[in-house]
Amino acid sequence: MSKTVEAYIEEISKDFSSIELSVDNYGMHNAFITKDEIYGVIEKLKEAGFNFLTDLTGSHYPENEGQEFQVVYHLHHFYDNLRIRLKVNLSKDHLEVPSITDLYAGANWMERETFDFYGIQFSNHPNLSRILNVDDMDYHPMRKEFALEDETREDKEDKYFGR
Amino acid sequence: MATMGATYDLARFGSERMSFSPRQSDLLIVAGTISKKLGPVLKQVYDQMAEPKWVLSVGACASSGGIFDTYSVLQGIDHVIPVDVYVPGCPPRPEQIIEGVLKIQELAKNESLRRRDSPEYKKMLESYNIETVDK
Amino acid sequence: MSEVDIRKQAAVLASTETIDGEIATLNLGPTHPATHGIFQNILQVDGERILSAEQTVGYIHRAFEKLSERRPYNQITPITDRLNYCSSPINNIGWHMTVEKLIGADIPKRVDYMRVIMMELARIADHLVCNSVIGVDTGALTGFTYMFQEREKIYDIYEEICGARLTTNVGRIGGFDRDFNEALITKLRDFLKEFPAKFDEFCSLLERNRIFMDRTIGAGPISAERAMQYSFAGPNLRATGVDYDVRVMSPYSSYEDFDFIVPVGTEGDTYDRFMVRQQEIRESLKIIEQALENMPEGNYHADIPDFYLPPKEEVYSSMEALIYHFKIVMGETPIPKGEVYFSVEGGNGELGYYLVSDGGRTPYRLHFRRPCFIYYQAYPEMITGSLLSDAILTMSSMNVIAGELDA
Repeated sequence: MSKTVEAYIEEISKDFSSIELSVDNYGMHNAFITKDEIYGVIEKLKEAGFNFLTDLTGSHYPENEGQEFQVVYHLHHFYDNLRIRLKVNLSKDHLEVPSITDLYAGANWMERETFDFYGIQFSNHPNLSRILNVDDMDYHPMRKEFALEDETREDKEDKYFGR
Repeated sequence: MATMGATYDLARFGSERMSFSPRQSDLLIVAGTISKKLGPVLKQVYDQMAEPKWVLSVGACASSGGIFDTYSVLQGIDHVIPVDVYVPGCPPRPEQIIEGVLKIQELAKNESLRRRDSPEYKKMLESYNIETVDK
Repeated sequence: MSEVDIRKQAAVLASTETIDGEIATLNLGPTHPATHGIFQNILQVDGERILSAEQTVGYIHRAFEKLSERRPYNQITPITDRLNYCSSPINNIGWHMTVEKLIGADIPKRVDYMRVIMMELARIADHLVCNSVIGVDTGALTGFTYMFQEREKIYDIYEEICGARLTTNVGRIGGFDRDFNEALITKLRDFLKEFPAKFDEFCSLLERNRIFMDRTIGAGPISAERAMQYSFAGPNLRATGVDYDVRVMSPYSSYEDFDFIVPVGTEGDTYDRFMVRQQEIRESLKIIEQALENMPEGNYHADIPDFYLPPKEEVYSSMEALIYHFKIVMGETPIPKGEVYFSVEGGNGELGYYLVSDGGRTPYRLHFRRPCFIYYQAYPEMITGSLLSDAILTMSSMNVIAGELDA
């Protein structure tokens, strides 16, 4: 018998008080969770059957004071065909979240990519280093304060390119 | 890849054997986007080739960075190695690549035998920090 | 003990039993002819047996996600082309459907069927490349040459609908910019008539070939549990026995109207991946035939004037069309605020788009869930304990495409 996402979340919310579940107008269930509880929540959801980690990524919202960064997890329950999106808000002073590499081996590179782009630290990660960018890059390029172009180039003048 | 296939056969024009080692080849075809991470690797491949050697830069991304004017893409391989012929296009049609190879063949035919020893050539190589072995 | 554990144990034993006990470091470097793409593997080998592998990717990182924060929604399609460039219509159409989900557009059935035909053609093209390249890596170069001729025919069909061969930029948000014309239908029918015979030639070359089977059976195996842990998707996951296909689990673009099976393997080794892809090509042909037979009448685009360019005659004569045209070209389209995740079944698995919009003219955040990036991390586990030539075969059978790996 297949259950709904609400039923699964209700089962585990006895142990975790910070889950705020909502449904958006595209039919996807979103849940906000604090960074202290996220590991436990994902562990319990994995035991309940959400055994596929679809995606792990980050976002940067510089206008939200105290909650500038966000880590977004998409999980998928194969048997009941349910999807859920979990979000963790982080402030730029405590940019750390536990790593879920021991639950899902595929999260390894996804967390490295999020670290590379945003600088979010994942504790207990086996090898948290840059993956897509050059190793000696000293900034995290996807943050909103950095420009798309390489600032140090001399051959393209911005005024000819409409910038 | 389609250029070497049967429809647009590049082997008709003499490029029958794709050599997988730079040490045994005359022409380096650079196709695709080159990022800053790959720049030193490309220079190493170029260094491993023996003179005389030619470079064909295929595609907009290899020639000038193309549509990717970003922090991680090298805006043209002529920042790291000297290039002889540029083929535009994104992606270039096989006919364009064949024309590029034919132009290289024309350059090779009309080049003076002393070009590689001339001071201008050596100066150009130095501007790219490519070391030459002096006899 | 599973096959993988036996191999790993064999590797450890072999390394302690060598005469000189020397372990070599081999750099299967970034520019290597056997690794179809640009990624580096530093292998520790003992003779021919691989003990461990260390990977470096990112040699073709083009910052797609940052680039898409700069471009309006209809200008992001050429970027999605260059993700999995062997099957670019799937990427384009997936992006258009993501935006249509965000704006809540109603798409006519005819557009759905046209999209299905383009996507299945792209899937055939992608699987042809992968399978012929597996053949090349075992030494069978003939299959490659013959199947590339078939790809030329698919390129001809692409040229009729969008003008380009490889990076197609096909369609618009809301449908297509032109209907299927007579030339395209003729080419498609000719393709459907002639391709099965040529494909059977290719199959007879490799599928029951003693040498090929000896090379590929048992090369690079992975079990279903480990594949699920690594979030595999697509033919690689189906080869291990899990029948996960986005077209069936979350149908989009009227896929529920078509009758096709999802082929599944058992061992998860190279031979299974090859055979799953072969069968998928046959299933795709069935889907294209059904779509062409039952193509409904209707419009080739949705009725969303805010996002879909009006025809040129109206732009020159009517005022509203002129204003719509101006706004769409300038990128000032009324995209609502919202957050959406949409996925399609790409050539390699679940290609997902996570789009966050704040109502502005460009996306606030766009993330691509790229299947190649995610399953390539399992490569060291798949090759530990096997021989070097099996490692090359495993890499080509996983269909790792550098554009999708690095984005």
